[in-house]
Amino acid sequence: MKALEIKGLKKSFRSNFLIKKYRILKGIDLDVEKGEIYGFLGPNGAGKTTTIKCVLGLLFPDQGEILIDGKPAAGAGARSRIGFLPENPYFYDYLTARELLFFSASLFNLPAAAVHDRIAALIHQVGLSGHEDLKLRKFSKGMIQRLGLAQALVHDPDLLILDEPFSGLDPIGRKDLRTMILTLREQGKTIFFSSHILQDMEMMVDRVGIILNGSIRRQGRLSELISRSTQYYEVVCAHISEPVLTTIQANFACRDGQYVITLASDADINQVVESIIHNDGRIVSVNPVKMTLEDIFFNEMRDNQ
Amino acid sequence: MTMSMKGIACNTFRESARNKMFYLLVFFGILFALSSKLISFLTLGDAMKVLKDTGLAAINFFCVLIAVFTGINLVYKEIEKKTIFNILSKPVSRDQFIVGKFLGLALTMLTALAAMAGIFFVFVWIRGGGVDLKIILYFLMLFLELLVIVAISLLFSSFTTPILSFIFTVSLYLIGHVMWTFNEFKAILRVPFWKYFSQGLYYLLPNLDKFNIKNEVVLGTAINPWTTLFSVLYALAYILALLALTILIFRKREFQ
Repeated sequence: MKALEIKGLKKSFRSNFLIKKYRILKGIDLDVEKGEIYGFLGPNGAGKTTTIKCVLGLLFPDQGEILIDGKPAAGAGARSRIGFLPENPYFYDYLTARELLFFSASLFNLPAAAVHDRIAALIHQVGLSGHEDLKLRKFSKGMIQRLGLAQALVHDPDLLILDEPFSGLDPIGRKDLRTMILTLREQGKTIFFSSHILQDMEMMVDRVGIILNGSIRRQGRLSELISRSTQYYEVVCAHISEPVLTTIQANFACRDGQYVITLASDADINQVVESIIHNDGRIVSVNPVKMTLEDIFFNEMRDNQ
Repeated sequence: MTMSMKGIACNTFRESARNKMFYLLVFFGILFALSSKLISFLTLGDAMKVLKDTGLAAINFFCVLIAVFTGINLVYKEIEKKTIFNILSKPVSRDQFIVGKFLGLALTMLTALAAMAGIFFVFVWIRGGGVDLKIILYFLMLFLELLVIVAISLLFSSFTTPILSFIFTVSLYLIGHVMWTFNEFKAILRVPFWKYFSQGLYYLLPNLDKFNIKNEVVLGTAINPWTTLFSVLYALAYILALLALTILIFRKREFQ
């Protein structure tokens, strides 16, 4: 059973009271396996937040089906096992961190006595120890983000939905959040997070869905998407003269005292390597150069235009 | 009441109590103290009667002020500041959210009214008066009126801006105190359509004068228990209808 399944999701907005409608989601199909980190990648305005809001019942889809744990997402009960961190979260600034967490627990019908220890542990886990009784109006953006994660975890959810969790965080904050998300996966949680920051995505996700202009363009295991996309091969060698190298392969460049030969396919690798060795050269490395997630993303962007 | 509704109600009360209400109460206390001093200088007749008259009017005014300003802002602020995402993304239905908000506002009004009534009784006691059951009934009726006002402001704040909510709520409050004019219109109007229209508005709009027993309290005249009971039932029915309408509107709302 999938943790989250979205089939044919469509959503439009009216720009004003006039008849004209703007279709934001044009048929989203995606599925999130249990226990994985799923990266929902797309540029600003692609429909990531709209999709998430449809899942959470904040927006009503025009068409399509959303299943959480195999059950329809409509209705408040379906959200009982979901933890959600909104983009740029804002919490009641007159509350303290501890008060906010107790309030969040009450929304899951959890009595204060039952979550007392969990809240204390969460405050420690997200690195807010010593700040639990500080009013939120005195919190920095990074601290709010950490608290946002804590309130999403207060009921020990199975599925975590994080909307742009890295936006606005400094490098330390991003690293801490990455570590926390990876730890949660180790604990068996399913994490669905949206982002337009490729680096974070590439470092963490098991599977990725690329959304562009309201449609899913690519979806799959990140390792498969990348391994299927070797662009070319590089043979790095040294202790060989340029004139000799020119006779072996014309397409090379000098980099840090070593020569880098670029081969379009793996068919010529053996012959090039043998020739270099035969001419007393030294092979430093042979590398398949694969597309990064960034390359895949920008290719899709280009195709979309 | 579910725990989530209780949580929303308590948080609503906490938000009100940590914001304007405290300052309004202090302001009211000072104003009341000043007016009480003035009364002793200016009054020639029954000082106690004037004290009750002024005090109850001041309590009424400040409570209505708190009800309107708190009511029109609370739901709107949740949407504007997007804190509502954190509530409705949890297993909380929109109905529970509205009822929780209303209960929190009701608790806020009860606290404000109790605090002001306490100050009032202290002043009456200082001037040599005692606790009158009629005054307690006056406060109970005022509380019902405040609940109706809170329900009206909650309805408007669920779909429009605070400024428009303020205009609509205050208009209904003012109209609600001159509902007898609709009966007079009915007598004057000759075209049947306008007659029925006027009568329709009379039954549709809140008749807030039903909760006003100030004259009976100040002048010491008898209070009809059946009229009072009818007013209580009227308030409850009106509040339930307003909450139902608010919920219907709120169920359809999308949060972009």
